Amino acid sequence: MEALAALAQGFAVALTPVNLAWAFAGVFLGTAVGVLPGLGPALTIALLLPLTFSVPATSVFILFAGIYYGAMYGGSTTSILLNTPGESATIVTALEGNKMAKRGRAAPALATAAIGSFVAGTIGTLGLTFLAPAVVEFALKFGPAEYFALMILAFVTVSAVLGNSAVRGLTALFFGIWLGLIGIDLQTGQARFTFGLPELTDGINVIVVAVGLFAVGETIFLALHPQNTGGQVLQVTGSLMMSAEDWRRSWKAWLRGAFIGFPIGAMPAGGAEVPTFLSYYLEKKLSKHPEEFGSGAIEGVAGPEAANNASAAGVLVPMLSLGLPTSATAAIMLSAFQSYGINPGPLLLQSQPELVWGLIASLYVGNVMLLVLNLPLVGLWAKMLTIPTPLLYGGILVFATIGTYGISQSPIDLFLLYAIGALGYLMRRFDFPTAPVIIGMILGPLAEQEFRRAMTISQGDLSVFVTHPIAAFLLALAVLALLGPHVARLARRAKAA
Amino acid sequence: MSAFRRSFTRRDVLQTALAGGVAAYALGRFGLSPFSVGDAQAQAIDTLKLFVPANPGGGWDQTARSMEQALKAAGMIKAAQVTNKGGAGGAVGLPEFVNQWKGQPNALMIGGMVMVGALLTNKSPVKLTQTVPIAKLTEEQEVVVVPAASPHKDMKSLVAALKADPGKVSFAGGSAGGTDHILAGLIAKSVGVDAKKVAYVAYAGGGPASAAILGNQVAAGISGWGEFAEQVKAGKMRALAVSGASRIPGVNVPTLKEQGVAVELVNWRGVFAPPGVSDKDKKAMIDLVTKMAATKEWKDILQKRDWAGSLVTGDAYAKYIAAETTRIEAVLKDLGLAS
Repeated sequence: MEALAALAQGFAVALTPVNLAWAFAGVFLGTAVGVLPGLGPALTIALLLPLTFSVPATSVFILFAGIYYGAMYGGSTTSILLNTPGESATIVTALEGNKMAKRGRAAPALATAAIGSFVAGTIGTLGLTFLAPAVVEFALKFGPAEYFALMILAFVTVSAVLGNSAVRGLTALFFGIWLGLIGIDLQTGQARFTFGLPELTDGINVIVVAVGLFAVGETIFLALHPQNTGGQVLQVTGSLMMSAEDWRRSWKAWLRGAFIGFPIGAMPAGGAEVPTFLSYYLEKKLSKHPEEFGSGAIEGVAGPEAANNASAAGVLVPMLSLGLPTSATAAIMLSAFQSYGINPGPLLLQSQPELVWGLIASLYVGNVMLLVLNLPLVGLWAKMLTIPTPLLYGGILVFATIGTYGISQSPIDLFLLYAIGALGYLMRRFDFPTAPVIIGMILGPLAEQEFRRAMTISQGDLSVFVTHPIAAFLLALAVLALLGPHVARLARRAKAA
Repeated sequence: MSAFRRSFTRRDVLQTALAGGVAAYALGRFGLSPFSVGDAQAQAIDTLKLFVPANPGGGWDQTARSMEQALKAAGMIKAAQVTNKGGAGGAVGLPEFVNQWKGQPNALMIGGMVMVGALLTNKSPVKLTQTVPIAKLTEEQEVVVVPAASPHKDMKSLVAALKADPGKVSFAGGSAGGTDHILAGLIAKSVGVDAKKVAYVAYAGGGPASAAILGNQVAAGISGWGEFAEQVKAGKMRALAVSGASRIPGVNVPTLKEQGVAVELVNWRGVFAPPGVSDKDKKAMIDLVTKMAATKEWKDILQKRDWAGSLVTGDAYAKYIAAETTRIEAVLKDLGLAS
């Protein structure tokens, strides 16, 4: 109950008019940068660091946390409406969300994303309040061998987006893995596939690839084959609200997404995207309507959206309890602590209780604000799709270009955006799925780095993957997920014969 | 009445207004504004232009923004304008600074030890010697740590284990070829172990590496003192040695040299003027940063950030860089990272 008393005091800090204003500024700004592809919370917070010279610490962190949470909400809006993910953690949302929008169900998709984000964000924040020490202890048990096993499990999720042809799907996957390998290899410091271009040494930004494949590719496709849409306007049919059926199909997905997202977010190398992949896969497997996946299943929006918001709360667990920055955003927030002469570390909670609990309380407040801010906008956003197709896609192209240029102000990124867009068109034209490219690009390098770290530590002994219990368990799950359905079918056939 | 309650004052009202203005301010900072290019021929040092060859938030960016803060507070400049161009440890930004900022009398680039290594491993065609070294400003010591549960209590014991079987002593630290890796290589070499045999596990930075050390996944860790200081103070890691010439004031951790490992390495940061500036401009810049280094504002910042002030200017700085480059190139060759 100690946590409750401390939290109450935290609310006393967070609910002062000044801090409420900062929280609102944060969630508003966060939603805005979340909507723009390329401009992420990390960059935004970094650019606001000079505020630390003139504003008290608690207010600044309430602002920053609002930006962080807000970006997770905002990123889903463009994913759903425009197939243009604003953040890498909302790439999966585009898969089903945009299909729903095309079927005239943009409003329920946006609503399930917003409510799911609220539910999961609140569950994650509750976890941060009451479970942080236990979660951290569990997360630190994950070493390179365990992370590698987790990434292998996440690779299984590709099977949910492979499409009709395994060959085409796997081609896309390996192309994505190759894209992910471009840049300087962390373990040896050597450049790979950079073709001598210094701009490629830090790798290609996954947002550029996602926006290129999804948004630019689709725009080119529509421009070259207008007969496919007949230039007609997308109709917003049906209710703007979620139906009883939508609620029934969403709520379990929200909860499952939250319980996948929070612990993986708390892992120092879990990443924000991995839980969204896992949630998507799980929802497809558990859904009573698996046939709807790929053409707009609401669970496929609800689960991953919940997972990314819960993982955002998870990231704050090691940051506030150990002073460990596990994402780019957390690293920049930690550098802001230093401007105040506060050294974030395991003793932060004891030395700065007002700040930490005020921040945590403001997360609850920010979540409510985001829901209130986003739900009324659903109708407005959905109306955007009534813009005639040529104008809408022209706008998307402008939007994607500005956002990409904003990432690093690099003309090379713009060239890549359009080159990958052209490729995205060809993939669509010849029926290659695009989602595996993104999954490969994110998971490939993660799996590779963790594998090599594990090998360096074990001196090349592969048995670490089975002698470490957590790694062995995760790998067994992966094998089961891959082979389980086939074995069951064979068994049935054997019985029938 | 809770101790955390505060009354609603006029200052708070002002801050509320400030919170509202932040959104507009932030969107203006995204470099999309046509005014961000600036006028190259602005008057002397009314506006100081700082070029940071890294993304916002890191050590060089913090150095630039700290300089802006100190110089403005001391009334030595009217305004500063910070430009970030990140990538490849500075190898992406340096060519832009050398080519496009040429001859600008009011411009400085932030750089340091990390850049020397990055330019070598990236085989950059543009060299740091093409800039005009102005001053070294700060130094940060590296620290060698072990998990709290480790059997190693001092450097001697860790070195003995390293000599016995280098493959078993895994070190977690920042990216390959960076400061942390270089220190691991220097330590190995000085105790007679082949640097290539060091089991170095590279992470994206001190934060992720900390997780591996706290979780007992690796035998030891190397990073800047600032990255590990709080974990050491909380007893979650044990600091075996710091890498400077003498101990960090107020920190009871012996140096490598005290423990018989003849290695000295600091992560230094400094400023450079673009090529083509006149001797007069160079002198004016050296004067500016020398004066800044003596201000109370700058000293306060150094203390807050755990940086050690270490002013070396002009030709002495150029010589220092040349010596560091030779030394780092040698160890990168030992590590198999440069040819």
